[in-house]
Amino acid sequence: MAADAQSAPRMPYGRARLIALGRATKPIREASGIARALFWAGVVITLFFVVLAVFAPLISPYHFNQYRSNGIRFPQLAHPSAAHWMGTTVQSSDVMARVIYGAQTELKVVVIALAMSLGVGVPLGLISGYFGGILDRLLVLVMDAIFAFPYLLIAIVIAFVLSTSSIGGGVFTAAIAITAAYVPLYFRVVRNHVISVREEPYVDAARALGARPRTVIRKYVFFNVVQNVPPIATLNAADAILLLASLGFLGYGIQPSQGAEWGYDVSRAVSDAASGIWWTGLFPGFAIVLLVAGLTLLGEGLNETLNPVLRLRRFGQFEFAEREPREEALLDE
Amino acid sequence: MTGTSLRTYLLTRIALVLPMVFILLTLVFLLMRVAPGNPIQASLGGHVPAAYVHQIEHRMGFDKPLLTQYGQYLWDILRGNFGSTITDNRPLSQIIKQNGAATLELTFFAMLVALVVGIIVGLLAGRHRDTPLDVSGRLFGIVMYATPPFFLGLIAQLVFGVWLGWLPISDQASPLTQALLKTHTNILFLDAIIDGNWTALWDVTKHLILPATTLGLITAGVFIRLIRVNVIRTLRDDYIEAARARGIVERRVVFHHAFKNALVPVITVVGLNLAILLGGAVLTETTFNWPGIGHELYVYLQNRDYTAVQGIIVVFALVVVAVSVLVDFINAYVDPRIRY
Repeated sequence: MAADAQSAPRMPYGRARLIALGRATKPIREASGIARALFWAGVVITLFFVVLAVFAPLISPYHFNQYRSNGIRFPQLAHPSAAHWMGTTVQSSDVMARVIYGAQTELKVVVIALAMSLGVGVPLGLISGYFGGILDRLLVLVMDAIFAFPYLLIAIVIAFVLSTSSIGGGVFTAAIAITAAYVPLYFRVVRNHVISVREEPYVDAARALGARPRTVIRKYVFFNVVQNVPPIATLNAADAILLLASLGFLGYGIQPSQGAEWGYDVSRAVSDAASGIWWTGLFPGFAIVLLVAGLTLLGEGLNETLNPVLRLRRFGQFEFAEREPREEALLDE
Repeated sequence: MTGTSLRTYLLTRIALVLPMVFILLTLVFLLMRVAPGNPIQASLGGHVPAAYVHQIEHRMGFDKPLLTQYGQYLWDILRGNFGSTITDNRPLSQIIKQNGAATLELTFFAMLVALVVGIIVGLLAGRHRDTPLDVSGRLFGIVMYATPPFFLGLIAQLVFGVWLGWLPISDQASPLTQALLKTHTNILFLDAIIDGNWTALWDVTKHLILPATTLGLITAGVFIRLIRVNVIRTLRDDYIEAARARGIVERRVVFHHAFKNALVPVITVVGLNLAILLGGAVLTETTFNWPGIGHELYVYLQNRDYTAVQGIIVVFALVVVAVSVLVDFINAYVDPRIRY
């Protein structure tokens, strides 16, 4: 740790271009062994699932909906074997194929849902926080009311209502349901941050120079506020996967014909469990746990990197004697 | 300083929460009624004569103008009338009374499990920061957070129900107990105690263990994180340093000075977690076929019963709001600094 701290400053200050990157990743490099290990574990797990999702057709032995090959129907509820590594379900489909294609469904829905939540929540938060007034009051009231409500129930209501209409059942419906649950979160985070940034001297200066509100928000406020978003979005992605799986479990997520979804598969497996059939539920379930845990570790790592409030915690362990070599390194430049 | 009295604080808090309740109710109404599609038709399925659909529409007041419906809806809720279901014409009040008792029983014991596990693991992890104990505690917390209740329930069913054969994997009690036990409170656990019926109590407890532990462990993840961070923060506080400087033994500093203060925010989080717990209860009850409100919600969702889903969601909303007020009240009572 001590040796690290002495050599660390030299690298970022060495090349001007690397300063920004170096500064951003410094807390990761300075993190203790365990924190770093957890962060990288999160990176590896997440990447693993991204690879599964992108190359699903190449990796998976069968299609998620496939129940026969070469004209021969797969056995029903077969134990894991050489032909079906994770066994088969009651519909004769291959569990492993469903797990692999499931990664595709989960990530697709979550990416769309997050993009929509950000697309709605961030601009609303920016406008509401910057302009204030009655609109702000009203939005805060509505968003807080939704925020107090359990995510799952909001998503259920939306999915339920949409399922009656003609849109129902697809990736997009599920994504809308999840979006509705998370918009208030981004709205709150962004709005509260904008309110504190709005009074900063540089924003005042921009306004004094005659910049229009649009320009001030876009050029000065936005980039300051948006820094908070990546860690929240990553942690949120973890939560969104749980939400999607829960919707699927209740039968209001992705329809089985539209894609393989882990939560739906586990819900089918609950009735299998009573007769001791474990493979239909255990594999998709573990996939959920692994991906959510991976994203959580990644998000927490990012949080410690990008969130200055949490980063400050590390200064508690600083020893002041180290300051001198650091200043020398600066002077050397 | 005179300060604000507890009663004024409570009244202000309730006044502040009313707009929120109003907004929630309005949102639910808008979503449920303005949405495309005919709810009655959807609830009854495709093969129902149009006359029958109209009859039900008339009974539910769906044929009136939207604004009248909205007024009626708010007025009904104000009087404590949450309507009745379309599919089996069951009043919501009956669902609240009967199934609510089962949910109360489950969530109470789940919260108990969550508190015990959360406090023990959280305190240990925070006390021994950055040791293997801390890392495994944190990992446990993350894994618990990452596990959906229905999957943990499935594993529990497989291990303790099917393979070991120790515990039942569904329902609130065996059919015999349900038939013989007299109803006092609708909470079977209490009913058995009131009757002094120990065989029934044992049966009810056995049925309770897996669902309550499942829901409890899932909720514990949040407690572990919170308490761990609090312990770490508290151990760095000045008064802890002062206690150490006075030569008080480390053990006593930790147990007597730090832990107590680290546990204060738990009250707030218990309340906030109720929202998570209710969401989890829907999933846990469905997994274990536990006859609570969450399970009913699942059943009515499958039947596309509009008024039932709407009624249950409204009940959940009111519970969440009521608990948040209650938590604030308890906080203000415990810590006078809050009621400024």
